[in-house]
Amino acid sequence: MESYETVDTAVLVLGAGGAGLRAAIAAAESGARVTVVCKSLLGKAHTVMAEGGMAAALGNVAGQDSWEAHFADTMKGGKLLNDWRMAEIHAREAPERVLELERWGAVFDRTHEGLIHQRPFGAHTYPRLAHIGDRTGLELIRTLQDRLVHQAGIEVHMEVTVASLFAQDGRIAGALAYRRADGGLVLYRARAVLLATGGAGRVYRVTSNSWECTGDGTALAYRAGAELRDCEMVQFHPTGMVWPAGVRGILVTEGVRGEGGLLRNKDGERFMERYDPDRMELSSRDIVARAINSEVLAGRGSPHGGAYLDISHRKPDYIKRKLPSMYEQFLKLAKVDITKDPMEVAPTIHYYMGGVRVDPETGASSVAGLFAAGEVTGGLHGANRLGGNSLTDLLVFGKRAGEAAAEYSREHSRPARISKAEVGEAVESLVGPLGRPHGENPYRLQAELQDVCSRHAPIIRSESGLLEGLQQVLELRERARSAGTGGPTGRAFNPGWHTAQDLGQMLVNAEALFRSALKRKESRGAHARSDYPNPDPALANVNFVVREVEGAMSVRALVREQLPDALLAVINRSFEKYTPEEKE
Amino acid sequence: MASVSPLQLSVFRGDAEGGEMVTYSVPVREGMVVLDAVLWAQANLAPDLAVRWNCKAAKCGSCAAEVNGFPRLLCKSPVADYGEEISVRPMAAFPVVRDLVTDVSWNYEVNQRIAPFTPSEADRDDPRAWRMQQVDVERAIEFRKCIECFLCQDVCHVLRNHGRKDAYFGPRFMVRMASLEMHPKDSLDRRPQLKGEAGVGYCNITKCCQEVCPEHIHITDNAIIPLKERMADEYFDPVRSLLRRLGGR
Ligand SMILES: Cc1cc2nc3c(=O)[nH]c(=O)nc-3n(C[C@H](O)[C@H](O)[C@H](O)COP(=O)(O)OP(=O)(O)OC[C@H]3O[C@@H](n4cnc5c(N)ncnc54)[C@H](O)[C@@H]3O)c2cc1C
Ligand code: SF4
Ligand code: SF4
Ligand code: FES
Repeated sequence: MESYETVDTAVLVLGAGGAGLRAAIAAAESGARVTVVCKSLLGKAHTVMAEGGMAAALGNVAGQDSWEAHFADTMKGGKLLNDWRMAEIHAREAPERVLELERWGAVFDRTHEGLIHQRPFGAHTYPRLAHIGDRTGLELIRTLQDRLVHQAGIEVHMEVTVASLFAQDGRIAGALAYRRADGGLVLYRARAVLLATGGAGRVYRVTSNSWECTGDGTALAYRAGAELRDCEMVQFHPTGMVWPAGVRGILVTEGVRGEGGLLRNKDGERFMERYDPDRMELSSRDIVARAINSEVLAGRGSPHGGAYLDISHRKPDYIKRKLPSMYEQFLKLAKVDITKDPMEVAPTIHYYMGGVRVDPETGASSVAGLFAAGEVTGGLHGANRLGGNSLTDLLVFGKRAGEAAAEYSREHSRPARISKAEVGEAVESLVGPLGRPHGENPYRLQAELQDVCSRHAPIIRSESGLLEGLQQVLELRERARSAGTGGPTGRAFNPGWHTAQDLGQMLVNAEALFRSALKRKESRGAHARSDYPNPDPALANVNFVVREVEGAMSVRALVREQLPDALLAVINRSFEKYTPEEKE
Repeated sequence: MASVSPLQLSVFRGDAEGGEMVTYSVPVREGMVVLDAVLWAQANLAPDLAVRWNCKAAKCGSCAAEVNGFPRLLCKSPVADYGEEISVRPMAAFPVVRDLVTDVSWNYEVNQRIAPFTPSEADRDDPRAWRMQQVDVERAIEFRKCIECFLCQDVCHVLRNHGRKDAYFGPRFMVRMASLEMHPKDSLDRRPQLKGEAGVGYCNITKCCQEVCPEHIHITDNAIIPLKERMADEYFDPVRSLLRRLGGR
C-alpha cells in the first residue's frame, strides 16, 4: 500500500479562516495540543475578503442598540428558521468578542469619542458593523494569525487538504490528508476534530467566493455520519460586479449602500421603492437580490443585465477613505471611477446559510468528537444571513467550539481506533485520479456542475428545474467516479489532482442543495419558488435535515422547538427608530 | 470581441531543478486579467500548471508573480494593459516549488520572530473600552492594509540580488514592525530588534519595494524612513532619546 506519515494531536482544526483561527486559539488556551490544517497559505483564507464589517451591539453610534435588537434583527432576517439559541448567544456575546479582538491588536475606524465606529448595514435596525474601511476581514485574519503564531501548543500545516474523516462507532477518530507541495499523504489521529472549512459558493459559476469554498467540511461531515440542515438556503448577494465579463461575480460590498449608495434601474428610478419602501437600499439581501432580478426580467436592467449602484453624490475623499478597495477595484478592473460614475451590479452567490447541524452551546455535531464552527455550520442565519453577522459568528462560535473540542479531548484521553482497512480505502480513493490519466477531465466536470447549479437552482426555483438539476448532479456523480487529473499524474502541486478532490466534495453539497430545495415547497428567505410563491405557514417551524442513510442521501423534516416566550416577546418588540445625523 | 486575436501566454514550467517557458494560445475575454488567462490554460491545455490563487479580487496576496518582468498580482493585471504577448514567471527571490508557485515559508519564519502586539499593563487591565482617535490610528492603518503578497520582498535587492535573508527581514516586515510601532496601544520598544536581527540598516532607500506594492503602501517613505529616524534618535542622540522617553512617545 501507499505510505503515509502519521501525526497525533489532541484537537485537529480543519481551516484557518476566522472560525478556525479563533477555535484553535481557544482550544490551545484551554490546554489542548492543536494542529491546524488549511488548503492555502496561512492568512489567505476566504475570510480575508470580508469587507463591510462585523455586527455587534456595541451601541457606540446608536446608544439604543442592545443584544435584544440584534437578536430580533437576526431572527427576522432569517425568517425565524434560525436556531434561536444560536441567535441569542451570538447577539449576546458578539460585543465581547469584538472588544477582545481589539485587545489583541485589531485596529478599527473610530467614532468622534474615540470608540469603535459602527456603520449601518442592510436589515440591521441600528448602525452596528465595526469595521476598518472596507477590509475588515483582513484585519480579523491578521490579528488572529498574529495571536496564533505566538501561542504555545499550536502547529499549523499549510497547503494541506483533508480528503476524508474517520469515525469508529459514532466517534471521530481522525482524517486523511495530502500535502500540496510534494503530494505526501498524512494520517491525522485526533481525539477531537473541528470543522471550520467555510462554505460552498464555488458550486455556482458566478460567485464572490474564493477558490477554497468547495464545501469540503459539509461533505466530510456528511460522510462521517453527521447531520446537515437548511441546505436549500443559499444567499445571493445583491451586488456583485457584472462587467467586464472577466470580473463577473466579484463582490461590491454592502458597505456602499451602508454609506448611502443608491440603486437605480435603467430609467433612473429608485426601484427599491416598489419592493421595500421603508428600508429601501438597506433592505435584507434576499429582497434586494430579487428586486434587481425582477427589474432585469422586466426589461429595466442596465446594459449588462444588472442595476446601477451610485455613491458619487458623496464627496470623493469620503468615498476613498470609507471604501478604498471598492474605489481601487472599479478603477483597476472596470475602468470606472466610482466617485464620478455609477457601478453596474447584479446578484452573485455569496454565502451558504446551511451546513452542519450543531449543538448551539458547543458546536458539537451529531458525531461524537466532531465539532464545527463558522460558515460550515447551519442554524444561526436561518433562511437569510444579515451582512456582518458572519464575522462575529466566526468569533463567537469559533471560541465556543474550540473550548468544547479541547474539553472533549481531555475527557477522551485515548483516540478512537482507525482501522487499517478504512485507511486503505480512503487512500485509494484519494490517489485514484492519479491512476487515471485518461479519466474525465476534472475541470470540465467542475464547470458542468457549476452550470447545473446556476441554471437549475437560481434565485427563483421551480419543481421541474430542481428535478432536472438533481438528475444532472447524479449523472455527474457517476462520471466523477472515473475522473482523472486531466492528464499529468505528478504529485507535487498538481491542481488537476486537487480539482478531482474538490469535485467529490462539491457534488455532495450540490445534491444536498437540490434535495432540500425540492422539499421546501414554499418561498421563504433566500429560497424562492415560482411554483410556490408564498410562504407556507405549515413550514414556518420546519427545517430540513440531511443525513446519509444506508449509503443514500435522505432528507427529513424536523419540527423546531418552540421559541421561549421571553425571546418571542423580544422579536415582537418595536425598537425605536434610528435617524442618523448627516456627517462626512 | 470575438475578433480579437488570441493571447500568446508564456509561462514558466518547471521546478527547483530548472524548467522552460511554454507558450499557450488563450482566447481573450473582455476585462480578463492575467490570472484568468493562466487558469484558462490550466483548465484547457495544461491541467497540472501550478499557480496559487484564492480570492481573484486582489485581497489575499496569493497570486504574486512576475508579468513581463514586473512583480504583479496576477488577478489585478488586466490582459488589456499588455500587448498580445505576456510572459509569466515565478517570483525570483524565493525557491520555486513548481511552475508559478514558490516556497515563501521564510517569510512566515521571520514573522514569528517579531514580538506580537503588546499593550501596556495599565491598558491591559483597564476594564473600560479603549479610546483612540481616528487621527492616531490612521498611521497604523496604512500598514495594516498589507496583504502579504511578498512582492516587495521579491524586488528588494538586499534579498533578491544579495541573498541576505540572514541579515534583513525585508520591506514586508518593516511594514509589520511599523504597524506595531505606530499602533497607539503597543508598548514594546522594538528598536533593539530593528537595529539588530531585523537589519533595518541594510535598506538603502531605493524605494523599489514601494513601487510594486499593490496596496500602495508607502513602504519606504512612511514605514522604513521613520523607523530609521527612530533608530537614529535612539543610538546617536541619547539626550533626545531620553527626553522622548520621559515625555512618552
Ligand atoms: C467578498 C466577501 C465579503 C464578505 N464580507 C463580509 C462582511 O463584511 N461581514 C461578514 O460578516 N461576512 C462577510 N462575508 C462572509 C464571510 O467572510 C465568510 O462567511 C466567512 O469568512 C467564513 O469564514 P470561515 O472561517 O467559516 O471559513 P473560511 O474563511 O472560508 O475558511 C475556510 C478554511 O478552511 C480551509 N479548508 C477548507 N477545506 C479544507 C480541507 N478539505 N482541508 C483543509 N482545510 C480546508 C480553508 O483552507 C480555509 O483556511 C464576506 C464574504 C465574501 C466572499
Ligand atoms: S527601499 Fe529598502 S527595503 Fe525597499 S527595496 Fe530598497 S532596499 Fe529594499
Ligand atoms: S507591503 Fe505591499 S508589496 Fe509588501 S507584502 Fe504587503 S502588500 Fe505586498
Ligand atoms: S488571488 Fe487573491 S490577490 Fe490575487
